[in-house]
Amino acid sequence: MTVRILYFAALRDAVGLSDESMALPSGVGTIGELQCFLADRGGDWAVLSPGRNVRAARNQRMVQSGETVAPGDEVAFFPPVTGG
Amino acid sequence: MSVSVQTEDFDVGAEIAALSAGRTEIGAVATFTGLVRSDNDGNSVSAMTLEHYPGMTEKALEEIVAEARGRWRVDAVKVIHRHGRLEPGDRIVFVGVAGAHRGEAFAACEFIMDYLKTRAPFWKKEETPEGSRWVDARDSDDSAAARWEDIEARR
Repeated sequence: MTVRILYFAALRDAVGLSDESMALPSGVGTIGELQCFLADRGGDWAVLSPGRNVRAARNQRMVQSGETVAPGDEVAFFPPVTGG
Repeated sequence: MSVSVQTEDFDVGAEIAALSAGRTEIGAVATFTGLVRSDNDGNSVSAMTLEHYPGMTEKALEEIVAEARGRWRVDAVKVIHRHGRLEPGDRIVFVGVAGAHRGEAFAACEFIMDYLKTRAPFWKKEETPEGSRWVDARDSDDSAAARWEDIEARR
């Protein structure tokens, strides 16, 4: 299962990447599991560790960590929003 | 279109006029205009850059407008949010709501701003004398949005 992952704002600056495509390993089926898998890359990726203030979107809608990921999804991780 | 995400400035007077143009049933137009401040948390700000998530931003704003229309009887809504580099005094955001009476127009306008603050994917990066830094989200924005949930729950 391949998904596209986008990173925004301070989170993108921290990991040094704005987007990537990834074939998800077995055992990664939710937004939360994907976030943990990415955090486990270590180093700067620790910004995605559980407990950090990270928001997620699936197919351009804000979702919670239990949301299931499907093939072809566009997943995004970003800090709490500060518009307005 | 009731929602616009753009780099260009906007004309508040023209937007207000457009909300009620040709509609004599409208008796109230409530608006909010947000500006770049030169001071944030005691730091002087010389400019800021607003980043957003193209595609999701427009959807999120459309959804917020749809939710406001579901809660209050309003006749016309306009939301404009700028992105890119802005300087103190520049307009960032405009929300305009037109309806028959002021109560619903005021409430819908405030609701849209409160939800926009917590749900629309924009991020501000400020330029200060100490360098540039991403602005942290405020807890007060979360509580401002949350009070509308309480109101909904009490209905």
